[in-house]
Amino acid sequence: MPKFKEALNSGKFVITAEVGPPKGTDITETLENIDRIKNKVDAINSTDNQSSVMRIASLATCSIIRQKGGEPILQMTCRDRNRMGLESDLLGANILGIDNVLCLTGDYISVGDHLDAKPVFDIDSVQLVQMVRMMEQGMDIGGNKLNAPVHFCCGAIVTPEANPIGPQLMKYEKKVKAGIEFVQTQAIYDIDNFKKFMEYARKVNSNVKILAGIVLLTGAGMAKYMNANVPGIVVPDALIEELKSAEKGKAVQKGIEIAGRMIKRLKDEKICDGVHIMAIGREGVVPDILAAAGL
Amino acid sequence: MIVAERKPLGEIREMVKDCKKIMVMGCGTCVAVCMAGGEKEVELLASQLRLAARKEGKSIEVIEETVTRQCDREYMEPVLDKARECEAVISTACGLGVQLLSDLIEEIPVYPGLNTRFIGTNEAEGVWKERCMMCGNCILGQTGGICPIAICPKGLVNGPCGGTNKGKCEVSPNKDCAWTLIYNRLEKQGKLDNIRQIFPPKKFGLHVNPITQVNPAYQHAQMEEGHA
Repeated sequence: MPKFKEALNSGKFVITAEVGPPKGTDITETLENIDRIKNKVDAINSTDNQSSVMRIASLATCSIIRQKGGEPILQMTCRDRNRMGLESDLLGANILGIDNVLCLTGDYISVGDHLDAKPVFDIDSVQLVQMVRMMEQGMDIGGNKLNAPVHFCCGAIVTPEANPIGPQLMKYEKKVKAGIEFVQTQAIYDIDNFKKFMEYARKVNSNVKILAGIVLLTGAGMAKYMNANVPGIVVPDALIEELKSAEKGKAVQKGIEIAGRMIKRLKDEKICDGVHIMAIGREGVVPDILAAAGL
Repeated sequence: MIVAERKPLGEIREMVKDCKKIMVMGCGTCVAVCMAGGEKEVELLASQLRLAARKEGKSIEVIEETVTRQCDREYMEPVLDKARECEAVISTACGLGVQLLSDLIEEIPVYPGLNTRFIGTNEAEGVWKERCMMCGNCILGQTGGICPIAICPKGLVNGPCGGTNKGKCEVSPNKDCAWTLIYNRLEKQGKLDNIRQIFPPKKFGLHVNPITQVNPAYQHAQMEEGHA
């Protein structure tokens, strides 16, 4: 059984973290980050042209994570490739030893750095999950036989703080029906709210493993920016005040402390199955966050 | 209806800068309603072109004609001889009119006076909104009469993305989230079950452009013409 799937099924508190591939061919920093975190987490996600900004392919980065002995999760969005492109990358991922895939819609082109590019969205995230499952049965989405099937541990995302929540949950249920095994959520900050989502998610299907999204807060300004601009992220005022209270130059330290505290509570109270840490632009501090969580 | 907007004067002027006699041909249907290429707009464009030429120290004769529909040969035929006497024609129809006119007077260049943008509805005075992408496989019956392919920039058919925010779209706060609209309407109708099913991938194979459609009653005639 692939390592990540084994971790998910082991009953332990699972930890994943993401790396964002760079824009350009210098991967020095990415390699350092991978080295720093690969033995501290159960798997490392590589983002797929995150925020619609063109970067090194998720597939290439995952292959490097694998070469370095890490367990990669291939993030796959539907924005840049049609169903054929996605399928051939899924085949390629498997032969490169990449056994985990996270299926996402992808941000729209207009939020990124290639404003005149054609947005693809040939299929959506639910259909992408279905496609992975179909390829595991030895068939592509066109109904053609594969000479050998793929094998993936397949996940998706959900935004527990989406407003309104109804349409979001309806889609979540479709992802579950399509056969996801795990979920990495959008960032959560209000754990009491998140508990309500967990109650719901357990009712939908208690076998789906839920990893709570932890986005590192790097300052009060960043928190306020996310509240104003990032859909589905709500940083409570108390946390913003706490970040403000940090000594000058120590806001990131405070953010690490907050993230660590949240992870510890999620684990101690057995609220969910694990966490997915997104230390956007500061992936190297993931071990510090884990240390702050007592892990 | 088809919604279009006028090209900037400079771009149109550039197309006919060496001409002494041109025709501006309007269309009295969709583009007249959306105030881009009907009789009034033909008059305006013709005057602007005459003034622009005069400013450059040149002279230009601009003939104004507006037909009922430029996407139908029979409406165009009466003005074709006049068009043939010109060095160029500017069509202020949608892209259909420009192309059909080009076919009908092959020896004369036809230039587009408009940019054709979408098919949409009239929402308020002077406001049009895109609502249909002509996908050829209508699912409006399940989605409460709101098209997720047209209203959602990603054309998602299985629910909203994570960018939806308080009923608005991640692309712009001026755009409604299609899936919030659909969900709310179906909830009102007690028909949320309509969208709990997983919709299959779109069939782009149904739309290999350019499509030709022949009414069954005319298929025989079309075949005979093909043989002739």
